[in-house]
Amino acid sequence: MARARVKFTFPPDLIKEPVIHNMSMKYNIVTNIRRANVTKDKGWVVLELDGTQEAIDGAIASVTALGVRVDPIEGDVIEG
Amino acid sequence: MSSNHIVGLKCKECARRYPEEALHVCEFCFGPLEVEYDYDVIRQRASRETIGAGPHGLWRYKAFLPVQPDDQPVDIGAGLTPLVKANNLAKELGLENLYLKNDCVNPTYSFKDRPVTVASTKALEFGFEVLSCASTGNLGGAVAAHAARAGVKSYIFIPANLEAGKIVGAAVYNPVLVAVDGNYDQVNRLCSEIADRYRWAFVNINMRPYYSEGSKTLAFEVAEQLGWRAPDHVVVPVASGSMFTKIWKGFQEFARTGLIDDRLPRMSVAQALGCSPVATAHFNNTLNVRPVIPDTIAKSLAIGNPADGYYSLKIIKESGGSAEVATDQEIVDGIRLLAQTEGIFAETAGGVTVACLKKLVDGGKIQRDELTVAYITGNGLKTQEAVAEHLEPSVQVAPTLSSFEDALAAREREPVVA
Repeated sequence: MARARVKFTFPPDLIKEPVIHNMSMKYNIVTNIRRANVTKDKGWVVLELDGTQEAIDGAIASVTALGVRVDPIEGDVIEG
Repeated sequence: MSSNHIVGLKCKECARRYPEEALHVCEFCFGPLEVEYDYDVIRQRASRETIGAGPHGLWRYKAFLPVQPDDQPVDIGAGLTPLVKANNLAKELGLENLYLKNDCVNPTYSFKDRPVTVASTKALEFGFEVLSCASTGNLGGAVAAHAARAGVKSYIFIPANLEAGKIVGAAVYNPVLVAVDGNYDQVNRLCSEIADRYRWAFVNINMRPYYSEGSKTLAFEVAEQLGWRAPDHVVVPVASGSMFTKIWKGFQEFARTGLIDDRLPRMSVAQALGCSPVATAHFNNTLNVRPVIPDTIAKSLAIGNPADGYYSLKIIKESGGSAEVATDQEIVDGIRLLAQTEGIFAETAGGVTVACLKKLVDGGKIQRDELTVAYITGNGLKTQEAVAEHLEPSVQVAPTLSSFEDALAAREREPVVA
C-alpha cells in the first residue's frame, strides 16, 4: 500500500460534483480530508490518499483530467 | 547560558507542537511547521554590541537562527551585503529616501545562500549526509556550493528541458545533477515523493522550517545597516512567499527583543504579471490564493502555487502594505533602469522589484518621504538573455581616429534612448 498527501484545487464548474467520492469508488482509494475551504465558486481540499501506488497514480491522473489541480501539500518545491 | 533558544516546531495552522526534528508538515492538519523560539533566551544572548562584534556575514545573527550555539556553520560567506542609498533611482521614481538591499553579491549571486547556509548547518547537526533540492537555477547553485564546502554529497533535481546555461552555476560544484523527464507538475510531485522516501536533507522540503529562517537575516541586516531601525516600507519580490514572510518575522523579532523599536514596515509584494497569484488575490481582496501556470521571463519567481501565499497576504493586510505586478517589458525596463541609475545589474526578479516599486510610487501606495527599502535578490549575469536583445549594438569603427570620430559624431546626433 502507498500513501499520498495532496491538495486538490477545484475549478468553479466542479464544485458541485462529487469528485472525491467518485475517485475513491473508482480506484478503491481511502481518502482522509484534513483541511478544506470550499465556497460556492471555488475550493481546495487537503487530503490523504491510501491505496496501491497504481491506484493513487490513476486517481490523480483522472481528477487532473477533469480539471482539478493536484499539488503536493508542500506546494511548488521546484524553486528558481 | 545552557538553555535552548529553540522551543521546537509549531504548526502554523493548528498550533500543534513538534520536537526540533527534520519535519515540515503537521501530521494532523497537514499545515506547515515553523520554528518556535524562546525570546527570553535570545534577548539574553543578543545585543547590538554582540551582533556588531560578530562575524562579517549573516552568522552574526546566530542567536536568532535555528541552530545550536556550538554548531559550526556551513559558511561560504553569505550575507552582510550592501545596503545602498539609491539617490539616482529615487530621483527617477520621485522618492526622497530609497535604499536597495543588494543581494546580487552573495557567494552564488543570489539571496538563496542565506536560507541554504542555515539549512546546511542544521542538516549536519541532524546527521544528514546528503543535501538536495529541486531547482531551475539559484537554489541549485546555492545547495551544491554549500554541499561542496561541507564535504557532503548533493543531489540537484532539474527539469530535463532546462537550458544548459541554467545549470552551469550548479554543475560546477560537482553535485549529482538529476534531469527529470516530464512536465513541471510531474517533476514537482516526484521530488516531493523522493523527499518522503530518502533520508536526505531536501533544503526546501523536509528542512523547510529551518531553511526559511535564513531569510530573516534580510531584515536583520537592513535594520542594523539603517542604524537599528526598521524602514517605513519594504518592497519584496515574491515567489513562494517564504522570503516575504520571513523578512516580516525578522523585523518582528528584532522589535520583540528590543533591538529596534516597535515601528514595523509596511510590506509590499512585487510579482511578475505572468505569475502573480499573491498580487491577484490581494487585488481581489481575498486570502484565497488561486494557483496559476507561470508564463514570465522572471523564472526565479515562477512559482504558480506559492506555499506561503496565504501567509503573505495576511502580512500585507496586517502591515498596511500593498502589491503590484510587472509585465515582461516592464521587467526589462526595470533591470535597465536599475543598472543605468545605480550600477547594479540584477536578474529578472530585480527588474520585477524595480518595476513594481515604480508602480507603487506612481499609484500613491508608497509615500514620497517614506524610508523605503527594495530587495534586489539575484545577479543579472544569471539572466542575461532577458536584456541582451534590448541593448544597443556596439559602435563598430575602422582602426583610424577619423573613423572613430565620425562614428562618435553620428552617435551624438542620435536621440538618447533611456
